[in-house]
Amino acid sequence: MRGPRVIGDLVSGDGSADRVVPPSGQTAHLTLFAAAVMAFLAVFALALSLSTGRLADRWGEDLARASTVRISAPGEQMQAQTAAALRVLETTEGVASARALDATEQRALLAPWFGPEVPVEDLPVPQLIEVIETDAGFDAAGLRLRLSAEAPGAVLDDHTRWRRPLVRAAERLRALGYLSILLIGGAMAAIITLAASAALSANAQVIGVLRLVGAEDRYVARAFVRRFTLRTLAGAAAGTLAGCLALLLLPSSGEGLDMLTGLGFRGAEWLLPLLLPPVAGLVAYAATRRAALRVLGELT
Amino acid sequence: MIELDNLAYSYGGGELLSEVSLKLAPGSFHFLTGPSGAGKTTFLKLCYGALVPTAGHARIFGQDVREMTRDDIAMVRRRIGVVHQDCQFLDHLPISENVALPLTVAGRDVQAEAANLDELLAWCGLTPRASALPPQLSGGERQRAALARAVILSPDVILADEPTGNVDWEMSQRLLQLLVELNRMGKTVLIASHDLGLIRAAKQHVQARVLRISNRRLQLAGADL
Repeated sequence: MRGPRVIGDLVSGDGSADRVVPPSGQTAHLTLFAAAVMAFLAVFALALSLSTGRLADRWGEDLARASTVRISAPGEQMQAQTAAALRVLETTEGVASARALDATEQRALLAPWFGPEVPVEDLPVPQLIEVIETDAGFDAAGLRLRLSAEAPGAVLDDHTRWRRPLVRAAERLRALGYLSILLIGGAMAAIITLAASAALSANAQVIGVLRLVGAEDRYVARAFVRRFTLRTLAGAAAGTLAGCLALLLLPSSGEGLDMLTGLGFRGAEWLLPLLLPPVAGLVAYAATRRAALRVLGELT
Repeated sequence: MIELDNLAYSYGGGELLSEVSLKLAPGSFHFLTGPSGAGKTTFLKLCYGALVPTAGHARIFGQDVREMTRDDIAMVRRRIGVVHQDCQFLDHLPISENVALPLTVAGRDVQAEAANLDELLAWCGLTPRASALPPQLSGGERQRAALARAVILSPDVILADEPTGNVDWEMSQRLLQLLVELNRMGKTVLIASHDLGLIRAAKQHVQARVLRISNRRLQLAGADL
């Protein structure tokens, strides 16, 4: 019952209720501006939440299923220990595959730190074995024991040590993003309440006249509510558009650094910022209505 | 129509009105007089529900003001036309829209009533000023516009607070004429005024009773006026 009436009031374009309240230049512009800024910020908070959420999921998933065995041994034993470790891994339940990285791959891993021209072969660099787990996973403690027996230079690193804090940090960041959206919404409600209260106070004389000729509170409130809701809607739409454009214009980097610069929306996520203007409008509607009915209740 | 029963009203400390009882019968014509500050405006406000009595009862169209919601009072105001002392218009809208304001806020189709509005403006001699803004009007024009606005919904009761307060004698006679004609159409009229000349003039045209606020009480003034 109330929903359709809200929309009816807003869309029907009841210009009469609008006209009885004199136009207010500055409040209008400030409301528009505040709504635009809040929507702009909300776009980023939303992008942050979604991106870090994605990141947390990916780290959680990828890293949970990949481990590394590192073999440090004198040159002549390296081959033998690597082969022994691979044999152990191949017979371990829960290991989907195990593969020793070749020199080129090891060089690529070190390149960011030592430059591309490192003679990896001449350095005492440990041999890395990439282990992919099955969904069930393996028993890390048992595997460590067997490895230490077969290949004493092998160290199993199942990534949990550094994976957990990263995933936790990403999840925390995502929660902060959502909290920011809530806070932005609250701040917008506060700003609109202040603006609407100021507009109502400035128009106390108009409201007095309307009351005198038999206007119901609903009618008077509607004039203000409609105005502030539409203004907020317009401001939020502009802010959202600007925010989305800014995200599109963010420089995108290559694959490797994606986790740092991947701020933005993917695919269907682009539909989410479209929700910001209507949500902002609803917040404005509720805030103005509350303010209007409160102020009106204080007048005779 | 309006019934006051042993009503009292006090502001902060002092009592302004007490033991006021009055019944405004349909079609009656009353003047309300008394020195300025005696409480004439307060009395009118009690009659249209802008103030709630501090003791006793005020019933408007049979409903006790104390039990009315804000929307009830809004509805009552559509049946009571009030001519305020200082008129009170929406200064950003032209006179024609100000006069039509009660139609607008009641959700009536102003376009459909355009003919009535033109007729009313002509009746009040405001046709040439229809598109002027309220601040551009003279005192007399403002008073007539306020009266036009008060009657556009064809109310049962018209309450006027010093409707001839700042106009010359000729204009006050015209305004009085308008109110007398409305009374002949069956409207209940109550005019607060301290202009005894106006009251005497009115008595030649209409059966008017004179109420006087004196010493916080409401009295029916004698025939000596």
